[in-house]
This record gives sequence, structure tokens and C-alpha cells, in this order.
Amino acid sequence: MNAPVPADRLAAAASTAAASTAAASTAAASTAGVPPAAAAPRGDGILVDRLSVTYPNGMTAVRDASFALDPGTICALVGVNGSGKSTVFKAIMGFVRPSAGTVRLTGLPVPQALKRNIVAYVPQSEEVDWNFPVLVEDVVMMGRYGHMNLLRVASRDDRRKVDAALERVGMTAFRRRQIGELSGGQKKRVFLARALAQEGRIILLDEPFTGVDVTTEAAIVALLRDLRDAGHVMLVSTHNLGSVPDFCDQVVLLDRTVLAAGPTAAVFTRANLERTFGGVLRNFSLGGAALHADADADRRSLTVLTDDERPLVLYGDDAGRDADGPDAADAAGRDDERRR
Amino acid sequence: MDTLVAELLIPFGYDYMRKAMWVSALVGGTCAFLSAYLMLKGWSLMGDALGHAIVPGVAVAAIAGAPFAAGAFAAGLLASLAMHVVRQKSRLREDAVIGLVFTTLFALGLLIASLRPTAVSIQTIVLGNILAIADEDVVQVAVIAAVSLAVMAVVWKDMMVTFFDEAHARSIGIRVGALKVVFFTLLSACTVAALQAVGACLVIAMVVTPGATAYLLADRFGRLVAIAVALGTTTSAVGAYLSYFLDGATGGVIVTLQTVLFGLAFVFAPKHGVLAARRRRAATLEATP
Ligand SMILES: Nc1ncnc2c1ncn2[C@@H]1O[C@H](COP(=O)(O)OP(=O)(O)O)[C@@H](O)[C@H]1O
Ligand SMILES: [Mg+2]
Repeated sequence: MNAPVPADRLAAAASTAAASTAAASTAAASTAGVPPAAAAPRGDGILVDRLSVTYPNGMTAVRDASFALDPGTICALVGVNGSGKSTVFKAIMGFVRPSAGTVRLTGLPVPQALKRNIVAYVPQSEEVDWNFPVLVEDVVMMGRYGHMNLLRVASRDDRRKVDAALERVGMTAFRRRQIGELSGGQKKRVFLARALAQEGRIILLDEPFTGVDVTTEAAIVALLRDLRDAGHVMLVSTHNLGSVPDFCDQVVLLDRTVLAAGPTAAVFTRANLERTFGGVLRNFSLGGAALHADADADRRSLTVLTDDERPLVLYGDDAGRDADGPDAADAAGRDDERRR
Repeated sequence: MDTLVAELLIPFGYDYMRKAMWVSALVGGTCAFLSAYLMLKGWSLMGDALGHAIVPGVAVAAIAGAPFAAGAFAAGLLASLAMHVVRQKSRLREDAVIGLVFTTLFALGLLIASLRPTAVSIQTIVLGNILAIADEDVVQVAVIAAVSLAVMAVVWKDMMVTFFDEAHARSIGIRVGALKVVFFTLLSACTVAALQAVGACLVIAMVVTPGATAYLLADRFGRLVAIAVALGTTTSAVGAYLSYFLDGATGGVIVTLQTVLFGLAFVFAPKHGVLAARRRRAATLEATP
């Protein structure tokens, strides 16, 4: 979907990707400097094929969307509010029935995949009833229910896995708290721990970085990387543009349909992002004399793209000028002040 | 002194009083179990709605000579389904749907009953009459309660996950749709049982108040259910007992008792009560001078 990209410009993005994944397709892409047409994902993890979803009130939230993800992948699902991110999740969970198209999870139809406890879901914070009378450890234990008998009686193994999951997200000290008595970041960790305890091959995370402090964000990213190395597939919806090149191998850009999907380096470009976000995207470009002493000689410029979370910073020869150019998805803005 | 004790024991000497007490306790406990779920979902008014919506079913059953519970149950199920469909297919808010559908059914029930005053007693339907409950009705109520409690004992955790996080429930293979149908079926059945004990107008208290009170006293769902059931059972039994002395409507006494306990919890609950909140606020103010 994108023109071949000169290798040197990809350096920044590709080196992160190559360093952090064992997936052959990405490695091939980075060495060749070309989007891996031959090694395109086959959808052994998640396969969404020409999916359309129409809600009962007649609203078509997603039309003709397709993408494919293999095991050992972290994929960002990027789009403005209302672009259908949650709807795609709901379709993958079998929450809404597709009006057209299919979803396959590890090669299985959705109902079978759910029966086999393959999918774990980390909900958007707004979807959770934080006043519900459950403790942190109760929520994590719910992740084990699919492994228990009909009466959901926890075995020693279940308890051990709950302890391990709580430990891994650093929430052991808070295990006896009611879930409403936690900070935004802690709340996210609880549900992440539940997903860990569930041990699903596929993990769906709906806006895990919204309302979360920088420490928790880094912790979540580190955890996701570990899970990727263990062969899990993760689909992460976010409008936190700045962190996407940090840890996502693949990107799906969504605006009621899939605008572009594929390796981060090839898809996460300025042109594609502008198409995805339209006028919502704030965009600051610095170049010429404002940026460089020898303005005439140095054509490099700095572009900051953001909707409202962590900004994406592009820096390079034509980061700001050439809309068709590739991005050097330099995460220079990683430690920048967050916008809120 | 002895005469006082003897006086207090009088209700236990009457067969109809003993029956009223244990039947009330059973109904109260079962309704309380469901109340733990109902109020968490913001569906409390569904209980009220069902209580009113089954009235035409009861009236028709009485006229046709069919079992009281059968008519009520059919009407309740119909109402639940209608409610579900209207909510899914229209943009009307839930409270509007409830107000519309269920008052209409209640009016229809009153109309039917008033057309055949000899067959149906409006007073019994609206206020209940546990002290004069017929033996076959006792059997119906006992069966409803036993089945409901047995089902809930098996699925209570699945039901909790479904009410807490439907997406997760689905992801671990729980059949969410089926479970919700089970819940509303049980709720309809228990509403019918409660109708006998406290009447149509007070059914809502039986399926809301114990859960609401327990909510103020517990941070874990299992404990919440236990407290709610304990409250529902004791208030209903004691209410029936007291109604002998007060010579008042049993439903009124039971619900008043439940409300008194709610009020106490509201003020004195160790963590979520008004006083506890005030203490906490004072403590924070002191800590940050
Ligand atoms: N249950 C629903 N019924 C009708 N329309 C819905 C429903 N859920 C979402 N939508 C609509 O579908 C569109 C996509 O929503 P959503 O998938 O939640 O977007 P996102 O998660 O990207 O913000 C929105 O326009 C929203 O209003
Ligand atoms: Mg969303």
C-alpha cells in the first residue's frame, strides 16, 4: 500500500522493531527496507476479513475492514474517537454480529475461540463499574474462571497464578482493595493482571494508556513486549501516537474502515496519519531558520503530530514538507511532557 | 413476666402464622439473593415494573381458574421480553420504556379484575395476603424459591462476572445471553412469589432493599449476597410475626423493617456510612492543617 522506502530513512523505526521482535516478517522488512509483501501476516493470530458492523439502530460503525496478525505481534489500532476501534473489539469478541465479513482467531471462528478461552480483553476504563463490590484479587481471579469447573472453585494452581499475575504488574500490595479505591494507572494494572492470569493467546487492550501515568505506561509497554516474545498477539487501541513506533510491530489505521494496515514503518506515516485524523490532528512543523543555523543547507525539519495524547515527533529531511515521504519515526518525544 | 413470654409466643401457636412466617422468610431470602444483582446493574425499577406487569396475568388466571403463578409468570416473562425488545430497537430511555409498558399492563390488570370482582380481589393483588395464603399457593411459592436458590447456588459466580464485565464473561466462554434469560426468568418467578407475600406495590422493596443495604456493608460480592439474604430472610420472618400484634398488612411491616435497617446502615455502616465518611473527612483535614 506504500511506495518502497529508502532504507536509511527507516533506520530509527526499524532498529527498534528489529531489536524487539523475533518475527521473521519484520526482520525481513527492516533488512530489505521494503514493506514485506512476501512475508505478509497470514492471520494465524487474528484475521479480520472484510468486516462490516451495523448496530441495531442502523448505524454502520465499521465497513469492509480487513487486517491480519500473526502470533508474536503487537498491533496498534489507531483512529479518532468514534472511528470504530471499540466496535472492532466487540466484533472480535463476538459482542456484535458482523453484518458482513468474518473474524477468525487462531484460525477458529469466534464462538469456538471464546469457548477455548483464547481471548483476553482489557476493557476501556469507562466501561468498568468501579463501584462494583469486588476486590482487586477477585477481579484477577475472574481471569481463572475459564480454567475452573462449573462451580468456579479455585484450585491451588489458580491461586498461585493470581498471585503471580498480581506480582508481575506490581499490585500485590493492593490486592485487598476495592477496585474503586485505586488510581487510574493501578486500575489498568488490575485488568492487565486479569489478562495475564487468563493466559489467553490473544489479548485485546482498549485504550490502555488513557488516564495512565508515565510509569504505568512504561510498565505496560514492557509487559506487552514480554508477552510478544512469548508468542501472544496483542491488539492495542490508542490515540497515543507518540508511543506507537516504540513498541508496535504493526499498525491498523481506522476511520470507519481500514485506511491502511501493515508494518509500523510502512504504515505509520505522516500522510496516513493525516488521512486518519483529518482536522482533529494538531500539527506543528518547524524547519528552516527556526530550526537550523544554516537554514539553506539543512533541509531537515521537525514535525509534531498529536491528537490529544503523547505527540508523535518526526524529524528528518522532509518530515514536515513532503507529505508522501516516509517517516523517520523517531521517538524523540518519548520523555516529553505529556499534554495532559 | 411469664404472661409476657406467653403473649409473645402466641403467633407460634397458630398454624397460619407459622406458615406465614416461614413462607415469608423463604420469599424474602430468595428475593434478596436476586436483589444483590439487580441493584448493581441499575435495573432496580425492573423489579417494580415486573411486580405491576404480572397483575393482568394474575387476574386472568383467577378468572380462568388456572394456577395463580402460571398466569403471573407468563405475564412477567412477556413483560421482560417486551422490555428487552423495546430497549434494543428504539432510542427510548429505559425509564420511559418501563413507565410506559408496565403502567399500561397494571392498568389492564386492574381493569380485568374490576370487571369480575367476585373472581379476583384487587386488594389481595395490590397488598398481598400471606396470612390467608392457600396451601396450593404455599406449594407454588416453595417450589419457586427452592428452584431459584438451587439455580443461583450453581451460577452465582458466572452471574457476577456477567454483571460486572460482560465482555470478559464472554471471553471465558460464559453464555451471557442465556444467563441473562435465566436471571430474568428467576426474577419473574420470585416477583410472583413476593406478590403473594407483600403485594404488587411492595415487590420492589423485596428485590431492592436488602441488596442496597448489604451494598453499604460489603466490599466483596460473596459477602454482599450473604448479608442480603440474611437481611431478607430475617426481616420477612420477623415482619410476618409482628404483623400478628400490629394487626397491620404483613407487606407493610416487612418493608418498613427492611427500610429501617437500610437507614441504620446508611448512617452507621463502618466504611460506607455517613458517619464513617464524616470521620474520614475530619481525619484528612487534621492530617493537612
Ligand atoms: N451500541 C451502539 N449502538 C449504536 N451506535 C454505536 C454503538 N456503539 C458505538 N456506536 C457508534 O459507532 C461508532 C464507533 O464507535 P466506537 O467503536 O465506540 O469508536 P471508538 O472506540 O473508536 O471511539 C460511533 O459513531 C458510535 O456512536
Ligand atoms: Mg472506544
